Amino acid sequence: MRPQLFEIPAALTEVLPEPGLRPGSAYCLDSPGSLLQALLAEPSAAGRWCGVVGVPTFAAEAAADAGIRLERLVLVPDPAEQWLSVVGALAEVIDVLAVRPPGRVREADAARLGARLRDRGVVLLVIGEWPRTEARLSLAEPHWQGLGQGHGHLRSRRIRVEVTSRRVPGGRSVTVELPSASGVLAEVLVEPAPTRLPVAG
Amino acid sequence: MTVRLLPEVGRSQRRERCLAVWFPDWPITAWALAEGESVEHPVATIAANQVVACSAAARAEGVRWGQRRREAQSRCPQLQILAADETRDAREFEAVVRCLERLSPGVQVITVGLCLLRAEGLAGYLGDEAQAAETLLEAVIGDLGIETGRIGVADTVFAAVQATRSGEPVCIVPAEATAAFLAPLPIARLGDAKLSELLPRLGVRTLGEFAALDAALVRDRFGSAGQRLHGLAAGVDPRPVNGRTPPPELSLGVDFEPPLTLIEQVAFASRAMVERFVKQLSEAGLVATEVRVELATENDEFCAKTWASPTSFEAAGLSDRIRWQAQAAAGTQITAAITAVHLEPVAVDAAAHHAPGLFGLGPDERVHHAMSRVQSMLGPDQVLRPRIAGGRWLAERQELLPWGDRPRDSAPVDRPWPGQLPAPLPATVFPEPLRARLLAADGTPVSLDDRGQLAGIPVRLWAEGTTRVVIEWAGPWPVDERFWDAERYRSASRFQIVDGDGMGWLLYTDSTGWWVEARYD
Repeated sequence: MRPQLFEIPAALTEVLPEPGLRPGSAYCLDSPGSLLQALLAEPSAAGRWCGVVGVPTFAAEAAADAGIRLERLVLVPDPAEQWLSVVGALAEVIDVLAVRPPGRVREADAARLGARLRDRGVVLLVIGEWPRTEARLSLAEPHWQGLGQGHGHLRSRRIRVEVTSRRVPGGRSVTVELPSASGVLAEVLVEPAPTRLPVAG
Repeated sequence: MTVRLLPEVGRSQRRERCLAVWFPDWPITAWALAEGESVEHPVATIAANQVVACSAAARAEGVRWGQRRREAQSRCPQLQILAADETRDAREFEAVVRCLERLSPGVQVITVGLCLLRAEGLAGYLGDEAQAAETLLEAVIGDLGIETGRIGVADTVFAAVQATRSGEPVCIVPAEATAAFLAPLPIARLGDAKLSELLPRLGVRTLGEFAALDAALVRDRFGSAGQRLHGLAAGVDPRPVNGRTPPPELSLGVDFEPPLTLIEQVAFASRAMVERFVKQLSEAGLVATEVRVELATENDEFCAKTWASPTSFEAAGLSDRIRWQAQAAAGTQITAAITAVHLEPVAVDAAAHHAPGLFGLGPDERVHHAMSRVQSMLGPDQVLRPRIAGGRWLAERQELLPWGDRPRDSAPVDRPWPGQLPAPLPATVFPEPLRARLLAADGTPVSLDDRGQLAGIPVRLWAEGTTRVVIEWAGPWPVDERFWDAERYRSASRFQIVDGDGMGWLLYTDSTGWWVEARYD
């Protein structure tokens, strides 16, 4: 029986290889910022435990705004050299684990950890490199709105999420609001072109 | 007579009856006990120019609590005035508490002259509460010669205290009749000066009328303090009578001869004692939820810390904590070899509440076990749970609590906190701010002028090792804190910047220069 896919933001259903995160798989991200928090938000809101290992700059308040439930979030900011054992121990109970490895990961270690993740049904979000990932997500072309020359404040950011995976080598992308004005990842509403009314007379 | 006491383990679902013992005008009684005098003649204790206690004879002459000295003396010219002596009052009250504890341990002293007990223990043994009250009063009369005691028994602490003021030596409020008993009492009994003055003017004169008001309206008008008093008036009191104090024999210690210097040796040598400690507790049907660990060294240094656990402590968890405490204290509080380790249970709970579920552990216990394993690998401070607290600075607002610790008191979140950042918040916050430089077109640093406005247009930002071009910016947004406190005063101005790569930055500048607080990535 195929395991149930974990929840993802609605705006990303078209670009990921499947309409959800596959338990037991690893996904790669470039940086531990708002995209990581957006990916943690949906599983966390659905009641799953989330963990973040090796990211001392993780912002809890932004995470709460993004939709992550802080009472089911665990942070291990500095695992040092023991990060593999820590991830293995946390994989027993945490459903979505984000980790930023301090250096290169050996193939053997990644394979062993991968077997344990598949066994436990855990989704791994790696900030950095990982052999045999399900998909790689990166951000491009950010456009902030709200700031001017000495006035305003950052209101929202339009950014493109690009996904490359084994199944879709060409890659897919979608433009989203990340963060939107409320802090979550939101779809960009395309306004219909204004229709021209016939001018009478 | 040996009194067998019923063990009171765990939290019971039914309300526990409270027994309050009050000795009115205790300062007079204490003075009489200390000086060996009698209180036949009019005596009054004056503190801050007001009568706080007076003898029966003085009361007969018209002296009352709260009168000024002159008025009391005018009512009773032969009044003997005593100065208030709280030490003497407390010292003499100790004897009363010890006398009561011989009959029923766990006496909680609210103030000098007033103490609380749980009614079940003695009442269960002697048959009923009236018997228990009589026995307690007779013990105090017999042992100490104090005849002024009054006892009140009720469902809640507040009602029991009010029952002691009913005028009879023993007043028992039947179960579930608390609200009816409290209803005719005046508002002043709540002890809140503001409410006592305001409510009668609004037409609410008794506790019954106050309890009849809508709880939500009371909360809106008087705040949470008013809501608590409203609950008290209605017969609802969340305060229990004292956590159960575990008997002292459950504490255990081990001495090391010769003293041990290596922390691993200490952990290993105390392992047997820790296991005996847990076994002793489980034989009493208990588990420890808070344990105090004390370490003593050769140089008479002493290091004690109370560890709390969300579930309960087993031997491995306690061994870990002994090790962590020794590691944390090494070099600061502890500089010599350790001679003794002592464990004392601070809070216990019934073992039945902590038994693992029938089919293995419940989900919360599994999470706790996994987190404890990681804490054993890395140390207790490396596995953290985030919590949002109050404050203006992003790093200050996120409180990271070690797994298993109880939340500290911190600034409340729901206050206004002017100077807060508008949403959306940055996803990367630096625990320590990073140095930055903000430069104008000619390469000079941009700074704030005397009026707090930016002098110059920022064009280049240097942060995290690279120079970036400033595309958009906004500020200054002043953040001033604690202007009244010379030591903790902090004044800074925040700015938001978008650089050439589209990255958003949150900077601030203060008297020490420019800093990066967070990054919007």
